[in-house]
Formats: sequence, C-alpha cells, structure tokens
Amino acid sequence: MRVRVGLTYAALLALAAFLVAPFVWMVLVSLHPSRAPIPELGGLVPAQPAWGNYRTVLLESNVPVDRFFWNSVIVSVAAVAGQILVCGMAGYGFARYRFWGREWLFGAFLASLMFAGTVTQIPVFLMLRSWGWLDTFAALIVPSLSSAFNVFLLRQFFRQIPAELEDAARMDGAGDWRLFWRVMLPMARPAVTTCAAFTFFAVWTDFLWPLIATQSQRMRTLEVGLSVFQSGYGPTNWPLQMTASVVTLVPLLLVFLLLQKGFIRGVTLGGLKE
Amino acid sequence: MTGIERQRARTGRLFVLPATVHLVVFALAPVLFSLWIALRDWQVLRGESPFVGLAQFQRLGGDGAFWGSVGKTAVYAGMSVPVGMALALGVALLVAQPLRGMATFRTLFYIPAVSSGVAISILWIYIYLPDRGLINALLGGTGIDFLNDPQLALPALAFMSLWVGLGPRMIVYVAGLLALPTSVMEAAELDGAGPIRRFWAVTFPLLAPTHLFVLVTSTIAAFQTFTPVYTMTQGRPMGATDLVGFHIYETAWRSFDVSYAAAQSFVLLVILGVLSVVQIRLMRGSLEASGAG
Repeated sequence: MRVRVGLTYAALLALAAFLVAPFVWMVLVSLHPSRAPIPELGGLVPAQPAWGNYRTVLLESNVPVDRFFWNSVIVSVAAVAGQILVCGMAGYGFARYRFWGREWLFGAFLASLMFAGTVTQIPVFLMLRSWGWLDTFAALIVPSLSSAFNVFLLRQFFRQIPAELEDAARMDGAGDWRLFWRVMLPMARPAVTTCAAFTFFAVWTDFLWPLIATQSQRMRTLEVGLSVFQSGYGPTNWPLQMTASVVTLVPLLLVFLLLQKGFIRGVTLGGLKE
Repeated sequence: MTGIERQRARTGRLFVLPATVHLVVFALAPVLFSLWIALRDWQVLRGESPFVGLAQFQRLGGDGAFWGSVGKTAVYAGMSVPVGMALALGVALLVAQPLRGMATFRTLFYIPAVSSGVAISILWIYIYLPDRGLINALLGGTGIDFLNDPQLALPALAFMSLWVGLGPRMIVYVAGLLALPTSVMEAAELDGAGPIRRFWAVTFPLLAPTHLFVLVTSTIAAFQTFTPVYTMTQGRPMGATDLVGFHIYETAWRSFDVSYAAAQSFVLLVILGVLSVVQIRLMRGSLEASGAG
C-alpha cells in the first residue's frame, strides 16, 4: 500500500514537472536581456534579471500591448456580464415557466451547440460587415453576449432549486423580475460562477474570431495582439516574445486560481450532460 | 388556459426572448445564410455574388488539397485523441484516489488548458527548436528540426495537444470515476479480483458514457484545430500541417474565396456529424456487448 502511494506521488510529480517546466522556462527567458540568444539549459537563470523587458513590452514597444490588454478586459467583462443576464434569464425561463413551443425552442439551443463555430464564422462576418460593425467593440462583444451552453447549464441548476422558495417569495409580493433578480439568480451563484469562468476564458483566449473581425491595431485583443507582436519581433527576440507571452498568461492564471472551483465543477457538469 | 397561466406563459417567453433573438441572429440564421453563400460565387472585394447552384460543391469533388487537409486532420486526430484519452484516464485514476494534495494536482494539470493558445504555441515553437530547444537540449543536442520536418511536424503538433488537452479530459474522467457505484467495486473485490482485473472488467466498461463524451468532444476539437497551425507552422512544411480548420481559413480570408470556403465548412460540419454518430453507434455496440448498458 505504501509503495503504491509513493509511486502515485512520483508519477504525479513527474507529470507536474512536464506540465509546468515550459512555463518556468518562459518566465526565465523573459528575464534575459532583449535580443539575447536562447540560453542553454545550464545558463537559464539570468545573472541579472532584465525586468526592463516588461516595461518595454507594456509601454515602449511599437505594438500597443497596453491597448490590447484593455481591449481584452473590456470585451471579456462585457461578455461575462451580458451572458450572466441573458443566459440567466433564459435558463430561468426554460426551467420555471410553461409556454407553447418551450421544448422545441430549447432543443434548438442544444442543436446549435453542434455547429457553433464551424459554419457560422463566414456568414456572421459578412453580416457584421454589411452592418458596418467590423473593427468595433460591437463586433467583438455582441456575438458573445449569449451562449447555448450556458443557457443549458443554468437551466439545469434552476430546475434543482425547490419551488417552495419561490412560492414563499411570491407570497411576500415579489414580482417575476424581482424574484429572478433578487432571489433566484443569487441562489444560482455556483452555476453563475461557472458560467462566468467559462465565458471569461472562452472570450479572452478566442483567436480566430477577433483575428477576422478586427483589422486595425487599436482594436486587437491581447490574444491576436500577441500574434502580431510575435510576427513583429520575429524569431530573433525570444526574451521579448516570452515577456509578451507572460503578460498574456498572468491575468488568465489569476482569474483561473480565483474561479478554479467553479471552473472544474462546470467541466464536470458538461461531462455529465446527456 | 386560465388568465394566470396565460400571463405566466407570456412572462416566460419574455425571459427567454433575449437569448432566443441572439440564437436566431448569430446561430440559426447564419447557417441558412451560409448555405445561400455556398450556392453563389461571392466576391467580397468586388461586391458581386452571382448564383452558381451546386458549382462550389462540384469544385470540392476534384479538390485534392481540400481532401488532403481532411486526411491530415484525420491522421492528427488519430494520433492525438486515443493517446490523449488513455493518458487522461491514467492520470484520473491517480488523482481520484483519496490522498492528500490531489486537488492541487488536478488544478495544476488544468493550467495549460486555460492558457492563451497563442502564448502556448509560441512556447512550443521554442520547445521544438533544433539548436537550443528544450527537447533537443534534453536529448543531448540531437538537432532535430521537428516543425520543419515533413514527417515530424504533424506528430509534433499532436504531441503538444496531449499537453494542452490533458486537464479537461482528466477532470471529466475524475467525475466519471467518482460517480461509479461503489457497490460493484466492493463486490468485485470480494470475488477476489485483483486491481488490474477490476479495472478491465469493471471500471473501464462502466465508464462507457464518459469514454463516449470525451471521444466525441476531443474529435470535434481536433477537427477544429486552428491556433497552433496558424502560430507555429502556417501549414508548412510542404503542407504537412495544413489541417482543415486552417485550410478553410486560408480559402476564406487569404484567397477571399468566401463561397467556396462556406461550402468547405458545410462539408466539415457533415463530416463531424457523421463521425459523432458513428462513434456513438460503436460505443453503444461495445456497451451492449460488455453487458454494461
């Protein structure tokens, strides 16, 4: 038994090293002087950490990385807020109200999960182009204001909340909207956290859509901007490329550690859906 | 229907209205619009779109480059999905044990999956570099140029996808393992079955729904791979990594052959639909054969 536990930890630690080592390397190289050649494994820890790289990337490069960063923040926060409201309302409506065509409509939401992204990219681009939305925040935000997956997730959660709670609130004279906004949505907080986490990561790390929906540098998100940065600095400046990569990853890591419980619970929920 | 019921039905419809409008505008209508585009010859730059019927789909019939990219994507999925599933199940068996620190390991293994795809791809360009890349350095200066070798580039992308995809697959397997009925395991133990036999005779077949979910979602994800190809290889060398997601992107946004790209994406959708159905059928078959259904 003890041998087995020991082997388990040994295997997990080896795997952890395999997963984490590249990140450690990334941070170490980002601290080498700009334009320095890739260090050999022995000389990975820089004699004098070049913290100035972070200043260079964020404020002084010819690519507006700070602008990319704020674009990503604006787009992700708007999408998260929109989805909590829009998907929350829909999840609640599907879970708690009866109306003609409900099952059929919910089926349409589920069906859309199948083809999302594959066939819609070109028509949505042409549609937004004809509306004059390309290269604006609207093009980056509005297509992400709702998602069928989150409607599904929240509906499942609202269905599990006992009806007595609702009846009690109704007795106290709460109207439909007040009931939803003040009672039900706060009760669904675990599911809402999961949705917020999913949306944040999906939007922050989305690459293909912002790549085609924006053209000017001032509208790029960080994910696309990093790609622009990479081609701008070419394979010659590894330290600065790694600095820009770290700048992209740190907000993601912070949010992940903050929301990790909601995140992993959501993946599990997704896995159990029928 | 009473007045109150009618009132409630109206309120319910109001609650689902915003999401429904969004669904229609950004998912349902675009599918129809996409088909309409595929039946035309849409010239984005000139603003013309003459109706051409099924000509775009006929073009596809003789397009070796497109079917080649579908084939490469199938090979890529074949390399990354089964190995990725086995790896994820193995790790899940380890971290699902009631031992200290398992939650930390689960979180740690998830990190690559929530990282920026572009940053990860830039990192792996380095890992695969011939001179001072991490792998060649660890192998002792072998100088293999993974991403520029037509034989090795695609397997290199598949290997990287194992690293990125481990976390989500593992978490789904952990959930599947924790949901297994403990009574069956205890009964098998009482029968004197050893751990390896218990795994193959009980755990593995009972996990069939989880296998199916991971298989279908991983296959779809493999067929939609875009960011690593765009960032690391741009389809090179000699088209060895020209996966179908990237191929469609190039058709639409580099050749501006939008209608042809729409036809290609329809074919991809059909391929994914057929693959999913086949996988579900096969898994159902094995489920019944093992008597675990």
